[in-house]
Amino acid sequence: MRTTRAEYCVIACAEAWRGDGEVLASPMGLIPSIAARLARRTFSPDLLLTDGEAMLVGPDGTPEGWLPYRRHLTAVTGGRRHVMMGASQIDRFGNQNISRIGDRERPARQLLGVRGAPVNTLNNPTSYWIPKHSPRVFVERVDMVCGVGYDRAAAAGPSAARFHRLPRVVTDLAVLDFATPDRSMRLASVHPGVTVDEVRAATGFALTVPDEVPATREPTDRELELIREVIDPTGARDREVPPAGRGGR
Amino acid sequence: MTDKTMSADQAVARLESGMTLGIGGWGARRKPMALVRALLRTEVTDLTVVSYGGPDVGLLAAAGRIRKLVTAFVTLDSIPLEPHYRAVRESGAIELTEVDEAMFMWGLHAAANRLPFLPVRAGLGSDVLGADRGLRTVTSPYADPSTGVREEFVAMPALRLDAALVHMNRADRLGNGQYLGPDPYFDDLFCEAADAAYVSCERIVDTADLIKEAAPQTLLLQRSSVTGVVETPNGAHFTSCAPDYGRDEAFQKLYATTGHAEFAERFLSGDEHAYQRAVQAWRKEGTP
Repeated sequence: MRTTRAEYCVIACAEAWRGDGEVLASPMGLIPSIAARLARRTFSPDLLLTDGEAMLVGPDGTPEGWLPYRRHLTAVTGGRRHVMMGASQIDRFGNQNISRIGDRERPARQLLGVRGAPVNTLNNPTSYWIPKHSPRVFVERVDMVCGVGYDRAAAAGPSAARFHRLPRVVTDLAVLDFATPDRSMRLASVHPGVTVDEVRAATGFALTVPDEVPATREPTDRELELIREVIDPTGARDREVPPAGRGGR
Repeated sequence: MTDKTMSADQAVARLESGMTLGIGGWGARRKPMALVRALLRTEVTDLTVVSYGGPDVGLLAAAGRIRKLVTAFVTLDSIPLEPHYRAVRESGAIELTEVDEAMFMWGLHAAANRLPFLPVRAGLGSDVLGADRGLRTVTSPYADPSTGVREEFVAMPALRLDAALVHMNRADRLGNGQYLGPDPYFDDLFCEAADAAYVSCERIVDTADLIKEAAPQTLLLQRSSVTGVVETPNGAHFTSCAPDYGRDEAFQKLYATTGHAEFAERFLSGDEHAYQRAVQAWRKEGTP
């Protein structure tokens, strides 16, 4: 069976945690959760994972530690964590909004709230997962800066920039990063089956596109087996990112 | 020693309109819902509510009791957006002071430690800061040994509370409170940050029984920071209260999809016993 779009997304998300060593992987959302477990079982075996509540657990669910919110926040401020958050809006410097659409006094849409986005982005590596890449999400200007982007971190001074790092943004179409001189968003790879023009059209700001855009890497046979048979045997990943031709793209 | 037991109605009778009220728990987890329901039976309003928000905020906001909310989020966890809170915010009816999850915690720490503020890195560069938000920064008096830089931080102001409401698994009559689930959340800090703290619990037990079957570090609340103890079995319903019970997902879904007036009419028009009976009746209806 050929690799599905959702599986490329899992691989691209898992790659965010490569080389991180012994830190807490905090995935928000389904595909990042599958991805973190895949990374833990393969190329990043020292990662720590939680059960979604207060226990640190091994890949089979065996508890190995206790991480209530108060200690979780210390993992953040101590930098021993790499989170992958969602974004209702994100701009070209990686400023992220999950709080509201519209103004503060009377928003058109009240969303989650800032949650831990400010503390995350200033203290531990923060990547993003966006299951539907569209101009509604990739905007010129976010309505509220919750997660801090490179331009705002630089403007806020050395204390803000000191531990600020946004390794990657993964979407259903592509992987993006900030490996540009001015730290604006760059197209790092497209998932097989996606064209650069599709990504451009789904992005509401001018994206930096290198001359050669590589494809997101193929999963190994072992990785596919783990995803399909061990980590997500019911195929929940296809509900977050549908296969092309079945509501996907 | 002082017996601090009281009824939920007696506890909320000590609250006044205009107060700053802290509510413990997190999202839809171990919320002092029986105390919130009791509060809804009073006329108390114009509240500043400080909460890692869940249905406590949704219910109070929908009933028009909140003037100002201090929070990092409002969620039902399994239902990400709290629909009743959302509707109130989109009508412009409540003022929001939005702080980050960590800033919120340090605000409680500052209040508990009688400090005016504590420095945090969180918030810099984000829109939780702003000229009109009342949040200031502070420069470290110490130069960083490696960089020589005197760093600037957000001075998170103390979140001092007139009163706090929290829910525990067990408590004794003196106000020693015990959590048996995986996470204490910040309930000890809420109590320590408050002038008066009212603790509801699943069961009041003899002091000697508190650690018969549980480790000493489950004793989260000391009686010196607790004003009143209320026994409210199933009192966190429909939020979770592990290990006594999980979240009532089916009922939460009903709450989320029912208009406030209709929900209040059916479930909140009587006392706590009436509420619990109405929930049981609703469950029987759904059982073929």
